[in-house]
Amino acid sequence: MSLFDHSISELHKKLHSKEISVTDLVNESYKRIAQVEDKVQAFLTLDEENARAKAKELDEKVGKADEYGLLFGLPIGVKDNIVTRGLRTTCASKILANFDPIYDATVVQKLQTAETVTIGKLNMDEFAMGSSNENSGFKPTKNPWNIEYVPGGSSGGSAASVAAGEVLFSLGSDTGGSIRQPAAYCGVVGLKPTYGRVSRFGLVAFASSLDQIGPITRTVADNAYLLQAIAGVDKMDGTSAPVDVPDYLSALTGDVKGLRIAVPKEYLGEGVGEEARQSVLAALKVLEGMGATWEEVSLPHSKYALATYYLLSSSEASANLARFDGVRYGVRSDNASSLIELYKQTRSEGFGDEVKRRIMLGTFALSSGYYDAYYKKAQQVRTLIKNDFENVFEKYDVIIGPTAPSTAFKIGEKIDDPLTMYANDILTIPVNLAGVPGISVPCGFGTNGLPLGLQIIGKHFDESTVYRVAHAFEQATNYHKQKPVL
Amino acid sequence: MSRISVDTVKHVANLARLAITEQEAEKFSKQLDAILTFAEQLEELDTQNVKPTSHVLDIKNVMREDVAEKGLPVEEVLKNAPDHDENQIRVPAILE
Repeated sequence: MSLFDHSISELHKKLHSKEISVTDLVNESYKRIAQVEDKVQAFLTLDEENARAKAKELDEKVGKADEYGLLFGLPIGVKDNIVTRGLRTTCASKILANFDPIYDATVVQKLQTAETVTIGKLNMDEFAMGSSNENSGFKPTKNPWNIEYVPGGSSGGSAASVAAGEVLFSLGSDTGGSIRQPAAYCGVVGLKPTYGRVSRFGLVAFASSLDQIGPITRTVADNAYLLQAIAGVDKMDGTSAPVDVPDYLSALTGDVKGLRIAVPKEYLGEGVGEEARQSVLAALKVLEGMGATWEEVSLPHSKYALATYYLLSSSEASANLARFDGVRYGVRSDNASSLIELYKQTRSEGFGDEVKRRIMLGTFALSSGYYDAYYKKAQQVRTLIKNDFENVFEKYDVIIGPTAPSTAFKIGEKIDDPLTMYANDILTIPVNLAGVPGISVPCGFGTNGLPLGLQIIGKHFDESTVYRVAHAFEQATNYHKQKPVL
Repeated sequence: MSRISVDTVKHVANLARLAITEQEAEKFSKQLDAILTFAEQLEELDTQNVKPTSHVLDIKNVMREDVAEKGLPVEEVLKNAPDHDENQIRVPAILE
């Protein structure tokens, strides 16, 4: 048994009673990494020396005082698009292969205040563009349940490292499903908070109006602990919301009596596989058995979400990624004699195909003569999609559906066809466009033995209800207790 | 007709400061054309009186007091610059 089979609150008690030390926990991480990292390939950078020093330092503190926070001493992994001072941050892109940040993201500062121990930086699709981790500029992360399959993406390293027991928990980021989809594929719990709930300061921007940082954990309670530590308004991020952060733990009552669940027919229809559909219907039965009620509803503009998302996110990306030009930071091409050539060569050598494709799509959609037809049109459809959610939430507490249309797919299966790859995200993308919170919790397994995820979507800033439902479902089922064999 | 010709791809690549080969231009032309064809389904929707959403929060123009704060130290900032001379970042000559 691994120490990471315990929950945060159990580990907290064990540390408190000195049954275990922070050093034991950090040892557990690196021991497991030594055992399985060859297969899983979840990490881009390990920070072993500093982590061990930090563990020592924290262990001395335990001896002096027994008043410390719940996350004290716990080993965490951080997605490699979140900047960490002095610890290489690459966004899994060759263009940032040597980038050594000179400040910490707000979430990283908050982790330091909570006194977690950073184990290393986690692999992802380059600049968070992708659904499989195959777009990493360095190596593909594998699914711990079967290493011939993708872990999902873009936070594939974040989900795989938790599922494989390399860290207790991790941070990911979600622009169109990048926390929830890999969480579903790897059989762990992943939350995309409400847009504005968590500061984006120090998150390397992909699509600024959609990006959110969120926790990936083994259980819903652990997820709530981690969100509690990173949520809140931040003066460094003008789009972080001045909304009070409630006590998420008090939401975990196990009580869903009278809860009104909406199930969009579009989430169980065309493009969604039978296994995913059945697992959701079974989950609804479980919740019904606990006193919740559900009804079928419609989010009529769902089918337009994918096109809307790709136009908007690529447009924002084309502007955000203009900063990578080989001048102030990152890898500069040696094959340039003029400034324009320096930009072009640096960017062509440094970016992978998917990133180039999206930069060009965005540049085109924003260019003169096409702006109204593509970008503005997409922004208007975004309003319709957002209205769909608001209408449903007038009568219901949560929306439930699958996280992804199927279990994970095989490595290489979809890489040559961008549109098929994008279709993986049809159930997660609308949530980002509407800005509402969504979680994925394990809800079954496919015949191929790979996990399935249940997506629970809440109202703006109502992560508490999302957690309450996810926790009640988790406590009534055993899916989260199953672990991959590596 | 193709929405994105090879020439359009080359033009867009230039705007985005990407150097691409003839082969890449052909590949991207096909892929971007497929994506845009897919995206054109949005035309089915009448959005004449719909306001665009740029982000979902009810927040506008977040201001702070106009008080100077210390920025990042220059030597730290230069640490990641590929080429620099004293306190300046060096790039190839812009003027002849």
